[in-house]
Amino acid sequence: MAILVDQGTKLVVQGLTGREGRFHGLRDREYGTDLVAGVTPGKGGQDVEGVPVFDTMHEAVAETGANTGMVFVPPPFAADAIFEAADAGIETIICITEGIPAHDMLRVYNHLLTTDSRLIGPNCPGVLSPGKANVGIIPAHFFSEGGIGLVSRSGTLTYQIGNELAQLGFGNSTIVGIGGDPVIGSSFIDVIDLFENDEQTELIVMCGEIGGDEEEKTADYIAEHVSKPVIAYIAGFTAPPGKRMGHAGAIISGSSGTAQAKAEALEARGVRVGKNPTEVAQIAADTAGTRA
Amino acid sequence: MPEGKRAVTPQDARQAAEELGFPVVVKAQVQIGGRGKAGGIKIAKDADEAEAHAEAILGMDIRGLTVHELWVERASDIASEYYAAVVFDRGAKQPLVMLSSQGGMDIEQISEEHPDAIARLHVDPLVGFLPFQGRRLAYESGIDPDVIRPVGQMLAKLYNAFVKLDAMLIEVNPLIVTSDREVVALDAKVSVDDNALGRQPEVAEMRNLSAEDPQEQMAKERGITYVKLGGDIGILGNGAGLVMSTLDVVAQAGGRPANFLDVGGGAKAEEIVQALEVLLSDDQVRAVLFNIFGGITRGDEVARGILQALEEIEVNVPIVVRLDGTNDVEGRKILAEADAPQLHPAKTMLEAADMVVELAKSGAPA
Repeated sequence: MAILVDQGTKLVVQGLTGREGRFHGLRDREYGTDLVAGVTPGKGGQDVEGVPVFDTMHEAVAETGANTGMVFVPPPFAADAIFEAADAGIETIICITEGIPAHDMLRVYNHLLTTDSRLIGPNCPGVLSPGKANVGIIPAHFFSEGGIGLVSRSGTLTYQIGNELAQLGFGNSTIVGIGGDPVIGSSFIDVIDLFENDEQTELIVMCGEIGGDEEEKTADYIAEHVSKPVIAYIAGFTAPPGKRMGHAGAIISGSSGTAQAKAEALEARGVRVGKNPTEVAQIAADTAGTRA
Repeated sequence: MPEGKRAVTPQDARQAAEELGFPVVVKAQVQIGGRGKAGGIKIAKDADEAEAHAEAILGMDIRGLTVHELWVERASDIASEYYAAVVFDRGAKQPLVMLSSQGGMDIEQISEEHPDAIARLHVDPLVGFLPFQGRRLAYESGIDPDVIRPVGQMLAKLYNAFVKLDAMLIEVNPLIVTSDREVVALDAKVSVDDNALGRQPEVAEMRNLSAEDPQEQMAKERGITYVKLGGDIGILGNGAGLVMSTLDVVAQAGGRPANFLDVGGGAKAEEIVQALEVLLSDDQVRAVLFNIFGGITRGDEVARGILQALEEIEVNVPIVVRLDGTNDVEGRKILAEADAPQLHPAKTMLEAADMVVELAKSGAPA
């Protein structure tokens, strides 16, 4: 089964004619993703390696039946692209763009609550269901099909943990990068809820970092609603307070949002927390091995 | 805001004070809060006192920032001090407007000890701030009844400024009522979203790129994400999460990271050289750890960057390199063929951490 993207995914890429959009869009197609359309205003009628390009999302959806969108549009125009995708009825919108103004995302987030569209990202590496479909920039060849659902705020850290799992012989149902921005479309809870209801997923690995209180909220949610085992990793134990560590979200002020506080909240709710990526993979492998 | 003048010397401050009329307030201009507590805000009754205060405040260190500039303003005649703020609440994903009848210096303490003393209300960003919300906050905060209307209007203005400026925070403390019942924003702190600076040219211009730390300064000028941490092991990696994780792993291995440095996605050789230069300009650094897991970033590109850096700058410390991901085999091959004495390849992240901690301890010359 997997979640969010699979063989039923019909992908339209907003910004397919741009350098990055083209490179990653075509790479996703090469992996086996059904790339049906691109949208770039003013370039309707052209094609990118045989993929038709349309002027509007509405036209692309009407002509191709696209159900999943990937946004590869520069930051000042990305929020508009997400609004357009939602208005055209796209079910799953995956936004890779980094650097979207936070106020734009505030409007997007609150508007999407009134629609049926789901947003992953922005500022994320995308979603990969190994063996089925890849939508985004995750280097797919490191991952194989399996039973571990992986959800993370950070891209490269996801690859690190996924790779450690692969070396122990474990594959993934789906890998979801939810993004490192202060306002993201889908939270850990949203994605863990999908994994809980996914047949292929046997256990869940979540990979958080300092800043905000999403991990703490997720701990409470897991205790009440999740039956599958969840293993967590939190990055940033050595981060000093008040300093921004690259991700817009990764800033801690005072004692709230520290890695220690997050790890304790998760452990208090019965979630095992590994102290480094290698240990997380080991715990996940042990747990999966026991269950099999 | 009350009438005031900028001053950069004690003499400036004296002159400004004389022109404004006494009493005046001499305020440190630094981009950080907590100035009052640090002694960066003082009232002066006459010109001599204004000059003396200016002398004392200029050059003062306030939470790591040196004061180079003052603001001298006519002291307001204060009947009441309130607190008002609009905050970007990332948890609720809505702006949060706050009002308290107890403004002044100790708002953090009040917030902790008497959270009820601060009235709070979330605003739907698609609708905006509504007049009733201003009234509700004003009534709930228990401010003087005769200023409920003007304070409510002030909150609406703050909210509009918050949206217009792409702010993450607008804080007015204190928001005062003068003895002739006028509502005045006496001091304000505004922080603006970095991602929005492209459409906020006026704010971008005010941006202070100076940092107290020479490496952080150098990194800012080059657009590199660098944070000084004070240890002796230089850390460089791609992606904020992976770099934070690398810091943790090095600390777990018994080492002390010197810095956080994220070269970002898709870094090219030249960017690697630039970043390594910043990192090595910190003379505390006794060993360096490169931790790269390539997605968009390519291992061969990183390897070429490292070799280019070895040619262009003097590298006297050992560099442990762990390369995985896209084009990792090519990258490792390039480094092995170069056979540079400073380079120490590692297979895994944990092995790399152990190696770099050992090398930093032994202080082995490269």
